[in-house]
Amino acid sequence: MKAFTYERAKDAQGAARAAAQPGAKFLAGGTNLLDLMKIEVETPAHLVDVQDLGFDKIEETREGGLRIGALVTNTDLAADARVRRDYSVLTRAIVAGASGQLRNKASTAGNLLQRTRCPYFYDTNMACNKRKPGSGCAAIGGYSRQLGVIGVSDKCIATFPGDMAVAMRVLDAYVETIDAGGQRRAIPIADFHRLWGDHPEQDTVLKPGELITAVTLPKPIGGKHFYEKVRDRASYAYALVSVAAVIQPDGTGRVAFGGVAPRPWRVEAAEALLPQGAAAVTARAFQGATPTKDNAFKLPLATRALASVIAQSKA
Amino acid sequence: MKFDTPAGQNPIDRMQVVGRAHDRLDGPVKTTGTAPYAYEHHADVPNAAYGYLVPAAIAKGRIASIDTRAAKAAPGVIAIVTAADAGPLGKGDKNTVKLLAGPEVDHYHQAVAVVVAETFEQARAAAGLVRVDYARGAAQFDLDDALKTAPLKGGSSDEGSAAPPVDRVGKFEEAFAAAPVKLDARYTTPDHSHAMMEPFASIASWNGDQLTLWTSNQMVNWGHEDLAKTLNMPKEKIRFMSPYVGGGFGGKLFLRTDAVMAALGAKAAGRPVKLALSRPVMANNATHRPATRQRIRIGAQKDGTITAIAHESGSGDQPNGSPETAVNQTKLLYAGANRMISMRLAVLNLPEGNAMRAPGEAPGMMALEVAMDEMAEKLGLDPIAFRIKNDTQVDPEKPERRFSQRQLARCLTEGAERFGWSRRNAKPAQVRDGKWLVGMGVASAFRNHMNMASAARVRLSQNGVVTVETDMTDIGTGSYTIIAQTAGEMMGVPAEAVVVKLGSSAYPVSAGSGGQWGAANATAGVYAACVKLREQIAQRLGYNSADVTFQGGKVSSGNRSADLAKAAQGGELVGEDKIEFNKLDKSYQISTFGAHFVEVGVDAYTGATRLRRMLAVCAAGRIINPKSARSQVIGAMTMGVGSALMEELAVDKRFGLFVNHDLASYEVPVHADIPHQDVVFLDEADDKANPMKAKGVGELGLCGVGAAIANAIYNATGVRVRDYPITLDKHLEQLPAVA
Repeated sequence: MKAFTYERAKDAQGAARAAAQPGAKFLAGGTNLLDLMKIEVETPAHLVDVQDLGFDKIEETREGGLRIGALVTNTDLAADARVRRDYSVLTRAIVAGASGQLRNKASTAGNLLQRTRCPYFYDTNMACNKRKPGSGCAAIGGYSRQLGVIGVSDKCIATFPGDMAVAMRVLDAYVETIDAGGQRRAIPIADFHRLWGDHPEQDTVLKPGELITAVTLPKPIGGKHFYEKVRDRASYAYALVSVAAVIQPDGTGRVAFGGVAPRPWRVEAAEALLPQGAAAVTARAFQGATPTKDNAFKLPLATRALASVIAQSKA
Repeated sequence: MKFDTPAGQNPIDRMQVVGRAHDRLDGPVKTTGTAPYAYEHHADVPNAAYGYLVPAAIAKGRIASIDTRAAKAAPGVIAIVTAADAGPLGKGDKNTVKLLAGPEVDHYHQAVAVVVAETFEQARAAAGLVRVDYARGAAQFDLDDALKTAPLKGGSSDEGSAAPPVDRVGKFEEAFAAAPVKLDARYTTPDHSHAMMEPFASIASWNGDQLTLWTSNQMVNWGHEDLAKTLNMPKEKIRFMSPYVGGGFGGKLFLRTDAVMAALGAKAAGRPVKLALSRPVMANNATHRPATRQRIRIGAQKDGTITAIAHESGSGDQPNGSPETAVNQTKLLYAGANRMISMRLAVLNLPEGNAMRAPGEAPGMMALEVAMDEMAEKLGLDPIAFRIKNDTQVDPEKPERRFSQRQLARCLTEGAERFGWSRRNAKPAQVRDGKWLVGMGVASAFRNHMNMASAARVRLSQNGVVTVETDMTDIGTGSYTIIAQTAGEMMGVPAEAVVVKLGSSAYPVSAGSGGQWGAANATAGVYAACVKLREQIAQRLGYNSADVTFQGGKVSSGNRSADLAKAAQGGELVGEDKIEFNKLDKSYQISTFGAHFVEVGVDAYTGATRLRRMLAVCAAGRIINPKSARSQVIGAMTMGVGSALMEELAVDKRFGLFVNHDLASYEVPVHADIPHQDVVFLDEADDKANPMKAKGVGELGLCGVGAAIANAIYNATGVRVRDYPITLDKHLEQLPAVA
């Protein structure tokens, strides 16, 4: 871990201003950032601790949805009665991730910003364009069982590893931010995580210093909610493939996949095929996929995991 | 004490303290955090500086240059040691590869330097500033490729499992060709990491030319000797201590780099140094269980009688390394007139392969016991009946050698009854519970028992306290407790009244902890020392030692009786002895047996396997403490779940490293993976083993578990996967269509 300076921000715009400086990063729960700093994958020169900014409430919006403060812990969000009642895909996704201890500490904004779990990203002896732009990608041609099958590039084949965001994607959430100039915006979650392209070092569309203040959920959409997470062990593992889905009584619905791409993978034209069954949806959703030999199984697995969800929705 | 004839009746047979389920005597200090582990001897070393390792960034080649200027100038840095300034170092007998690289690099994450600083954070930060330039060398990282030209090679795990390069009985090829029913199948097992909870850690403190080392090591004497060899100094000038070990699984059998680098760092810094390996460095810096490529051929008559059996295994290791002895159990487990085993060893430049819990048998049984399941199906026999049909009470290669005790058949039949084996549908892919495809599997369990010399000293103090001293280690197994039980039984006091001091080179050399030899041999050594002490007590009291009894804190002979404490009133009495073995384990084959039963569910959609029930029935001699023995077996069964379903060090064949070198990516089972586990110990006492009539059990619990799970998965799905771990991708597309 490199030495760094530290400040505890008092207001949101001040935090944004401080974090807009080169080498600065926000610190919330720290469950991902601090681990990466210890192995020098992350080497910020300055940390802006946002824990005193409030942002820790879940409020109802005028539109009938929920506004989730950026610092609401994963535990509190998953346990919220309104979330459990109206957005249970979100609760299911959150409790499928990490461990109780981590969820107690991890924040809503931090969860959206967690970095990939590609093992080559984690090993500073290995080339990684995401960690060190221009150094190459050791994962391409290497061990890639966990890595992405679609939306990846010839610069990076990592995935976004989270669960919570996959559920937020089917709920059409918005990410609310404030920047150093005090400008606020609401970014559709569909646009929040970038595809890697030529710049895998940029995980999201956030500008330097732009601070997430909340995530808003539109009003509830009913239906049955599912989060099917497939992994090699029963708990405490990243998804090989996950499926977040809301299925309506008529068999229509929404579906997003986790563990397959740089972002929660939802293709609206594909989910329109839900009444035709899982294979129709995934054939469309994963059109143009570029799996490796190690992770080609994720394509049939995505189909089968979705089939499991559809079967449960009919039960 | 020489143990060369079967044990007669002795005080242990009373089973008043031994054989009882006893809570761990070290439980309270461990659960309150007051048991000092290797990194935590603050009380002994209040002023330690912190060492942090710089690991090699390449797998094979040379260090072209090291620039330590920036690191030396970093805040708090006291010293930096590389091979260039360490002075000439030897190599431990038990180490295949040297523990400090330079100028050659032998494997990824081999130690290149240690940075010593005032604080842990300063040492870690400065370690990141050491610049090392490498020249990569030619290397081989691909086991399958290397095995194409690998020579035959015999070897020993040093843990009870050994085999020559080729071993033949009868005419295998002819018998196999003539057999009406045959199986010829290939199996693979991957590299495994020990992944113990406590990392490799040491504190080194010099006083002039005397070194004191607190470390985490299973074998105090091996580590002590190899540290002396490595540092080129007399063993007598080193105190080597390992009183608590937070798991080892064979990874801590040997001297490792933490001990050497702490010692070198402390010498350079002129003050004590503590050093622990960080988790991401452990998998490549330390040893691992090598991957295997196995081929098994079995030929049988139509009634199931095996007429030909062959087991070949290939593995890889560093130059001058040794093979994974995966064929060993096939020499002993089943009858069959025509037999062949062989091993090949490829040279690889991956990290050093070496012992991990049940080396040889663990991966060997994962293949053999699947082959037996496959063969039973070909024969149309129940897999239990097929095994019992080929059971043997003699060494199949040397029929004049009988097994000292062999209750394999009883383990299988009793397990079958308890588990409800009769409810298993022999036809695979027939049982469904909701989305789960349900199957049951069985495997024999087999692991050799090893006799190892073991010494102890037992004191009776003037106030009547019994204290045992031996360099035996407790690696989470319960050594403190069973040694107290043994001394308690011998001296007629409760286990709680015995003080047990372990894990120091100041104490007599024990068997140590490895190869499931620890419990039986270390307690036998304590038994021998207690016999000596009993003689002295009888003598001091003027009793005839032949008919003296120790019971309830009293010593009695005929109608005379005295308090135990009285015997030492005139001065402390000390009994010291060593149990030694010579020929009984040559004339008898001493092994442990069992049967593993599992029920699994395989998700019909995703192919993910989850355990539903597990049972182990073990026949392993006298069980000294059923509670800690059960803990050993359920822990081993859990490890078996890992090897069956998820554990695999992923090899990058381009760069020569295990890529998934942390506990997020090298997955071991979590609580949610483990269902209800039952363990049954058959009532047994093996008088050919030692005076305790006990054998090992900690590794038996692992041997066969993986195969039982593989067989259950096959029974559930009808898809046979022969490549471990059986992750869902390996059978997904052969499962019934769902969409």
